[in-house]
Amino acid sequence: MKRKGAMARGTAALAAAWLPTLAHAAKEYNLQPPVTPVATQIFDLHVYIMAICAVIFVGVFSVMFYSIFAHRKSKGQHAAQFHENTVVEVIWTIIPFLILLLMAIPATQTVLTMKDTSAPDLTVKVTGSQWKWNYNYLAEGFDFYSNLSTPVAQLEGREPLGEHYLLEVDQPLVVPVGKKVRLLVTSSDVIHAWYLPAAGVQQDAIPGFVRDDWMKFDQTGTYRGQCAKICGKEHGYMPIVVEVKSADDYAQWVGEHKKAAAAAADDPNKTWAMQELVARGEKVFGANCAACHQANGKGVPGAFPALDGSPVVTGPKDGQIKTVLNGVVKNGQPTAMVAWKNTLSDTDIAAVITYTRNSWGNHSGEAIQPAEVKADRS
Amino acid sequence: MSSLPHDHVAGAPAGHDMGHDAHAHPTGIMRWIMTTNHKDIGTLYLWFSMTMFLVGGVMALTIRAELFQPGLQLVEPEFFNQLNTLHGLIMIFGAIMPAAVGFANWQVPLMIGAPDMAFARMNNWSFWLLPFAATLLMGSFLVPGGAASAGWTLYPPLSVQAGMGMDMTIFAIHIMGASSIMGSINIITTILNMRAPGMTLMKMPLFVWTWLITAYLLIAVMPVLAGSVTMLLTDRHFGTSFFNAAGGGDPVLFQHVFWFFGHPEVYIMILPAFGIVSTIIPAFARKPLFGYASMVYATASIAILSFLVWAHHMFTVGMPAAGQLFFMYMTMLIAVPTGVKVFNWLATMWRGSMTFETPMLFAIGFIFLFTMGGFTGLVLALVPVDIVLHDTYYVVAHFHYVLVAGSLFAFFGGIYYWLPKWSGHMYDETLGKIHFWTSMIFFNVTFFPMHFLGLAGMPRRVPDYAPQFTDWNAVATVGAFGFGFSQLLFLYIVIKCIRSGAPAPARPWDGADTLEWTLPSPLPYHTFETPPQVS
Repeated sequence: MKRKGAMARGTAALAAAWLPTLAHAAKEYNLQPPVTPVATQIFDLHVYIMAICAVIFVGVFSVMFYSIFAHRKSKGQHAAQFHENTVVEVIWTIIPFLILLLMAIPATQTVLTMKDTSAPDLTVKVTGSQWKWNYNYLAEGFDFYSNLSTPVAQLEGREPLGEHYLLEVDQPLVVPVGKKVRLLVTSSDVIHAWYLPAAGVQQDAIPGFVRDDWMKFDQTGTYRGQCAKICGKEHGYMPIVVEVKSADDYAQWVGEHKKAAAAAADDPNKTWAMQELVARGEKVFGANCAACHQANGKGVPGAFPALDGSPVVTGPKDGQIKTVLNGVVKNGQPTAMVAWKNTLSDTDIAAVITYTRNSWGNHSGEAIQPAEVKADRS
Repeated sequence: MSSLPHDHVAGAPAGHDMGHDAHAHPTGIMRWIMTTNHKDIGTLYLWFSMTMFLVGGVMALTIRAELFQPGLQLVEPEFFNQLNTLHGLIMIFGAIMPAAVGFANWQVPLMIGAPDMAFARMNNWSFWLLPFAATLLMGSFLVPGGAASAGWTLYPPLSVQAGMGMDMTIFAIHIMGASSIMGSINIITTILNMRAPGMTLMKMPLFVWTWLITAYLLIAVMPVLAGSVTMLLTDRHFGTSFFNAAGGGDPVLFQHVFWFFGHPEVYIMILPAFGIVSTIIPAFARKPLFGYASMVYATASIAILSFLVWAHHMFTVGMPAAGQLFFMYMTMLIAVPTGVKVFNWLATMWRGSMTFETPMLFAIGFIFLFTMGGFTGLVLALVPVDIVLHDTYYVVAHFHYVLVAGSLFAFFGGIYYWLPKWSGHMYDETLGKIHFWTSMIFFNVTFFPMHFLGLAGMPRRVPDYAPQFTDWNAVATVGAFGFGFSQLLFLYIVIKCIRSGAPAPARPWDGADTLEWTLPSPLPYHTFETPPQVS
């Protein structure tokens, strides 16, 4: 591919564009390299099935193409007139049945292994919401959200794409190597799917129900996947990153995380200055609200209302606090404006409301304090 | 039953047709609006299908153009989801199903020696519902919030969140469902009551058999779909909680009900295609269809099994191991009757005297690619493998192999095969072969790489993707545009054939032996007013 000198200029350009492409693409012809025992079983099962299919393929289509080659009118072939043969028909009903048995046996064994979520070393509750994942370490007593961290400039095509474009998050799920990790998967709004191909895991996250799944990694490393079930407009921007650490590193990470979580917990009675609230509110808005209402507060006409100049945002603050806490419900059904009371802290809600009431064309000059949000929680 | 071929025209005296011809036919547009003639209605169905095929195709090409490179270039994610949803709905309910009904309207009466469909006026109504449904679907792009965007499967709670475009989609589905049910009643009644004397059930052409079974499937499952979308509608507007856990419902209930419709629907789209292929292969092999009886039994077995496999679309919802295993075994079992069909087609070709005109090329292309779709279906039937491939591009590749290279290729074959009879003109054989080869090549360039994308873990229904998926996406997009433009060639070939093709003989294909070939080309407006005697 480097010997461009020998080729004509145009051919060289074309080859330069395509050859590395095809060489690179040619490596991606199978499942991702497995990193858990279950994924290894799945990988092997897939190879085994493809081998059987390949044998059938060659068998069936050699007959067909031989027939196409040999039994044609242009070769002077006269048509035979046979049209049934019970023995043959029974044989080609029974043989596929036996082949299916050969496939079903290993598949059944793997299903039973995959379904065995008993005796986990660690349980993490995974909650999907539009459009991020929450990981709750039940025994350790902390949780965090995992958001897409690809810079906006890359998403908007103003910068070259990074290596992990769309598959990178601010805080990955961290699990220890060699331990059975049980996942309790659910959702707070629509159906999502927690999909990590290299681990052989895909589990739908269903609002109102908890399903479980498990994984046990053979090796440390960083593995990537994304939400697999269409869940609205940011469905393609809901990545999953899992960092598998050694037991020591994991223990250290848990310790740090517990400390950080404690330090980050806000005193709900603190009185915040306007600038502090707006600065924090902008971050909260960017992570939670901008997907629909847009960074410029203009919303998407017809789908997501504008906040800039909105009667709710420029009206009484209690109305807006309650809207953010409880979401908007129409005809008894939740809408795309979901309730945020379980997702955001009092301080975050106070900050984001202060931000929206003092940004774009809105100038209320009011600073909303966490205590006011707390008072409206009921 | 075959002794009652004239039941529904029997109300008219024997001289009915002479009297009828004396009336002035409506002409111009009124001919098509008022028509009760099965040939006219078949033509309407097929042109409607062609139109929707092109509309759905433009949507597909917009999707592929957006996916040519990572990043967002052409459309916003919200609109991308609408395109994806409407592409699916339009291709299934607007292109494939009406095309199959169009073939039934033309061919069922001709192949059983009946003068028309049993319920001629209802036939008109079945068709004329469709343009209204299509208008609702297309119009939904213009309402606030845009068209439905939850994917063609319309899973709640996402579909409950959507704007009024979803309501328009639900009403469109109701209308299309009513059309399908009426069409099916008509087809069943026609087949069971209006066969020519001597044509027992086991002498019917296989195309008629496959449509008889398809019609029963439609009557069984279209009401189920109507029920599921009605529950969606009441959840959206009338405060019910069928699919809302907070009110005691279950979002997964929708999936069960939807796929109880959805899986038989897959066979609704493929069985008529099986019938067409089973008609074309013997005609060009100049040899009777091998294993006619086993073909009938295989078709019926597939139809029955299709009611027992629905949850294989839902292996990731978290059902118990027993549920996963049951649906895995049942799904694998479908490979047996499907295999029987493929073997029968090969045995029909074996030691025949084959020629390879365009219909035969499409039929062979069908067997080759449909079988590949069958292999990937088997791969996806295995629960563990499905868990890592579910909702990825592997699934997209799989169902396009069985739906595009399956149903659509068979329908192309059927059009080339019967167009000389219907129009009285031969199509351009060279252009037909070019259409086959470009379709065949570009189809594979488009969809084969999608297997690799799915294996590598690219989810479906995403407007943007990680850079490692770039290469195969670019290849697929190039293929899609090639495939799209090949279909404009098809449109040209059909129009050229109808307007200026060489006159067709009564029986242009040596091995064609069904009743329609005993009639002149082009077909008279009314045929088989006196039923033929079948020996």
